[in-house]
Amino acid sequence: MEKFIAFSSRLAPLPIDNLDTDQIIPARFLKTISKLGLGDNLFYDWRYDADGNPKPEFILNRPEGHAANVLLAGDNFGCGSSREHAPWALVQYGFRAVISTSFADIFRGNALKNSLLPIVVPRETQERLFATLQTDPAATVKVDLITQTLTLPDGSTTVFPLESFAKTCMLEGVDELGYILKQQDEIAKFESERKLTVDTWELVTA
Amino acid sequence: MEQNGLNGFGRKPQTIIEKVWDRHVVTQREGAPTLLYIDLHLVHEVTSPQAFAGLRERGLTVRRPDLTLGTTDHSIPTHDRNLPILDKIAATQIDQFEENCREFGIPFFGPHSKNQGIVHIIGPEQGFTQPGMTVVCGDSHTATHGAFGALAFGIGTSQVEHVLATQCLLQTPSQTFEVRVDGTLKPGVGAKDIVLNLISRIGIGGGTGCVFEYTGSAIRASSMEERMTICNMSIEGGARAGLVAPDDTTYQYLSARPHAPKGGAWDHALQSWRQLPTDEGATYDKRIDIDASALEPMITFGTNPGMGISISEPVPDPLSLSDPLERDTLSKALRYMDLPSGKPLLGHPVNVVFIGSCTNSRISDLRLAAALVKGKKFSPNVRVMVVPGSQQVKEQAQAEGLDQVFRSAGADWREAGCSMCIAMNGDQLQPGEYSVSTSNRNFEGRQGKGGRTFLASPLTAAASALTGVVTDVRTMLW
Ligand code: SF4
Repeated sequence: MEKFIAFSSRLAPLPIDNLDTDQIIPARFLKTISKLGLGDNLFYDWRYDADGNPKPEFILNRPEGHAANVLLAGDNFGCGSSREHAPWALVQYGFRAVISTSFADIFRGNALKNSLLPIVVPRETQERLFATLQTDPAATVKVDLITQTLTLPDGSTTVFPLESFAKTCMLEGVDELGYILKQQDEIAKFESERKLTVDTWELVTA
Repeated sequence: MEQNGLNGFGRKPQTIIEKVWDRHVVTQREGAPTLLYIDLHLVHEVTSPQAFAGLRERGLTVRRPDLTLGTTDHSIPTHDRNLPILDKIAATQIDQFEENCREFGIPFFGPHSKNQGIVHIIGPEQGFTQPGMTVVCGDSHTATHGAFGALAFGIGTSQVEHVLATQCLLQTPSQTFEVRVDGTLKPGVGAKDIVLNLISRIGIGGGTGCVFEYTGSAIRASSMEERMTICNMSIEGGARAGLVAPDDTTYQYLSARPHAPKGGAWDHALQSWRQLPTDEGATYDKRIDIDASALEPMITFGTNPGMGISISEPVPDPLSLSDPLERDTLSKALRYMDLPSGKPLLGHPVNVVFIGSCTNSRISDLRLAAALVKGKKFSPNVRVMVVPGSQQVKEQAQAEGLDQVFRSAGADWREAGCSMCIAMNGDQLQPGEYSVSTSNRNFEGRQGKGGRTFLASPLTAAASALTGVVTDVRTMLW
């Protein structure tokens, strides 16, 4: 996992609530056995017309959206399927953070494991950002993970919540599997103790 | 309830959600999520290849292949299994999956297995899913298994790799959310209508951070298959999982399953399962009440499962919403669906009817639909696809002659798989087409690019297939 460093960026606004993972990456692109090449298909059905030509009005096809590393979304971003292809596609396209008032649980977990920062802001901040972008599409925000601060275009700041564990993993580029693997003794102990007390399920192969 | 919120044993009363959680805590370290042990890990071809690749890269093995089960369901065609898979990319994915299972010693039901089927259908059907278990799968509808009183959630591919390698998952505890459903359903109204009603009321983010426990007399009166339909769509309410405490209905269903414990092990298991239901006096973080007797058949009109209405209700008007973002979201949905507001969907023409998916493709769903269809013909304007959830369901349905009922009415009777629920395997809507579907998602393009989905129960779907328009099944009840 890449280490996460503070950065400034423009914003790509998508003022839609409940943006689901089927829009982020349509299911027909999930037949791949690799993680690569998904960025090209990000938001495919909103981004391209029936002939595969970019739709000029879609935000990622406009210069201000194309240059952004931060996506500004409506409420409950990333609902729907558990596909990790969604954060893979966002990251491969170049996004490093998504701002919303809330994230669907599975998407949020998947994003954190891929150095894509889910930034939760109050409704009022979200509305202010959308409004700012209408008058100044080139407005920028600054994201600082160490202080968990989002600096808005007007210079004001808002602190966003994040569990310390996920934050440490992102800052240090540690992945969770390495952390779990260090607890193999505890896992083995749990398994053997459990075998003595509960024998409620038959093994799958039995 | 005793003083201090403790029960007679000096222990705080717990919900089943907390009990199952507690039974699976491996470690709980300061500043870190809980390490939770997983009893059953289901894998399928779409969300696992990158996880297996990760294992290979790190030189890891699968810790408990015996607690892992694979099947092919998402991208597999539902035509004759002896025909080749024409989509080369899908064929590669399926081949790779079989190779992964073989290499890592994971039992799996391949395309030709008599037990193949949708991952959330086969777990319960075979008796792998049992009360008090933790069950995970790289699929958001894993909550289906909660019908047995298991804590079952969907995970991403990184977590699939974690569970393959360690049989454990890092998780933070969820809030508890009681969904209490009391009363008796009216004829023509079923489990799907209960859950569609719930989601239309709390919205698709309403359960974020929560696990639902479905309680109440209507849940107690429901069958296991109905409970699975309800739990299945917990994710559509934003919940991480949803479950129903086990009872005699659960034990009766399980006792006949091939992989359920037998003999002394069964008695032992039963003793343990009976401890699971929520203690008297336990409290939940949130609660909602649903009066089952007041429900009508439900249908969705928009582009997320929370955009649902009773079948006689008008489609809502965006102008009635004060929040601009909500208004824009609804306007965009109605534009995509090409629907006016202010009118019910009743009478709206339908091009396709899809009866299938892990929500509604079990034998009881097919029986219900077939009972309505028997001796009738589907509208010539509608393409009807009936896709059983597993080969076992298919066989059972054929033994009962249900396939003949559907076929002679004009339906396409398919092999088991996810099919048009996710439209990865070639079964899909054409741009602009309307479908009434028994599946769980109506997102833009979910059932095929440009396709438009009305989610409903198997009865509503069958009724609409007969008439060719969105129909209130209660007008046709036998
Ligand atoms: S039937 Fe649909 S929802 Fe269920 S597992 Fe398959 S694709 Fe997912």
